Amino acid sequence: MCKLTRLAEAIAGIPIGATLMIGGFMGVGTPERMIDEIVRQGTGELIVIANDTARPGVGIGKLIDARLVKRVVASHIGTNAETQRQMIAGDIEVELIPQGTLAERIRSGGHGLGGVLTATGVGTVAAAGKPTLEIDGRIFLVERPLRADFALVAARQADHLGNLGYALTARNFNPLMAMAADRVLAEARSIVPTGVLPPDAVGTPCVVVDMLIAVEARRG
Amino acid sequence: MDDKNLIAKRVACELSDGMLVNLGIGLPTLVARHVPADIRVHFQSENGIVGMDSLNEHGLAEDDLSDAGGNPISAVPGAAAFDSAFSFGLIRGGHLDVTVLGGLEVDEAGLLANWMVPGKMVPGMGGAMDLVTGAKKVIVAMMHTAKGAAKIVPACTLPLTSARRVDLIVTELAVIEPTDAGLVLREVAPGVTPADVVAATTARLIVPDNIATMAV
Repeated sequence: MCKLTRLAEAIAGIPIGATLMIGGFMGVGTPERMIDEIVRQGTGELIVIANDTARPGVGIGKLIDARLVKRVVASHIGTNAETQRQMIAGDIEVELIPQGTLAERIRSGGHGLGGVLTATGVGTVAAAGKPTLEIDGRIFLVERPLRADFALVAARQADHLGNLGYALTARNFNPLMAMAADRVLAEARSIVPTGVLPPDAVGTPCVVVDMLIAVEARRG
Repeated sequence: MDDKNLIAKRVACELSDGMLVNLGIGLPTLVARHVPADIRVHFQSENGIVGMDSLNEHGLAEDDLSDAGGNPISAVPGAAAFDSAFSFGLIRGGHLDVTVLGGLEVDEAGLLANWMVPGKMVPGMGGAMDLVTGAKKVIVAMMHTAKGAAKIVPACTLPLTSARRVDLIVTELAVIEPTDAGLVLREVAPGVTPADVVAATTARLIVPDNIATMAV
């Protein structure tokens, strides 16, 4: 139970300028409570690694709206006109990475690998500045691992130990990011007694989770 | 039938029972409506599901179930959910039979540009580079021209999505197959002549004697 942390306290541990991996895909499977608290505390100059920046007012879009992000590493920003506006104005730096490459760079960062080889991006602008390797006659890009200071992940359920269970398409980047950061902060829609989650339903074992965000006190 | 549904219906003819298929956002999503009732196609959404289904009643939306655009979907019995690394493993690993994507330009070499217009639109490639590089068959489904300008061009002027040649281009005017020899006009839409297609295309088209009419 020592992992259970109040929301404000957990977010207060994130310094200005930190690199965050944030789970979710277009706001689905995104740790909304943690994002709202970052906005409330006004922690700025963040580097955010995520699939996308959702839409204005939704998920990671709220960090963009609050101008707390100096750099985004994502596979697309097309659904968020505000991210594009800040990018064109020079207020935010955006690095675009093919989605499958982003997933594998995060996975390799969390799994102790020196990177991944992928044919995706060969012969395109995504290959700029990257070494290539020929394996069995096929050309691959050498893609480096990605890691972050903090991973902010969302789960459907957590147990008291901090085991996480995901649901449907809300899984997306969450279990990959939970392996690839120095500190892993998890929020769940519900926290159930240890033992309720069967071992086969655990998507991220508690051993990699550093903090489990406490639910708010129930009223009445 | 409108132009976009005509394109979608023709693309659906390329699908067969048991295939794993990924439909891009926009026009390609219409393909699902035209799949023959007697075959089962497994639709992937790259955000992490095989077996996606449309959801027509908003009162049934589930927060944790969406398509790659973040819109609520449903799932068929037998669907499977997974993380993003697995999802792109399906795409890159040779498991995806067909991907259907929109296009901004396709050129004589069969190369596709569909993810950015420098200085105007930089949405990002999302999954498009992985899909075009990794799928067994790549079908571009798009309108033949944009505001009168040709989209099937001698050489792409926009940044490429992949160095891999696409397998088929389906528009409201024609079905065109990129080959080693160049772009071959295979079919024309009902009421369209090969000359109409050539006139709307700046790329060199190979026009065989026998050109079928699209079965739509």
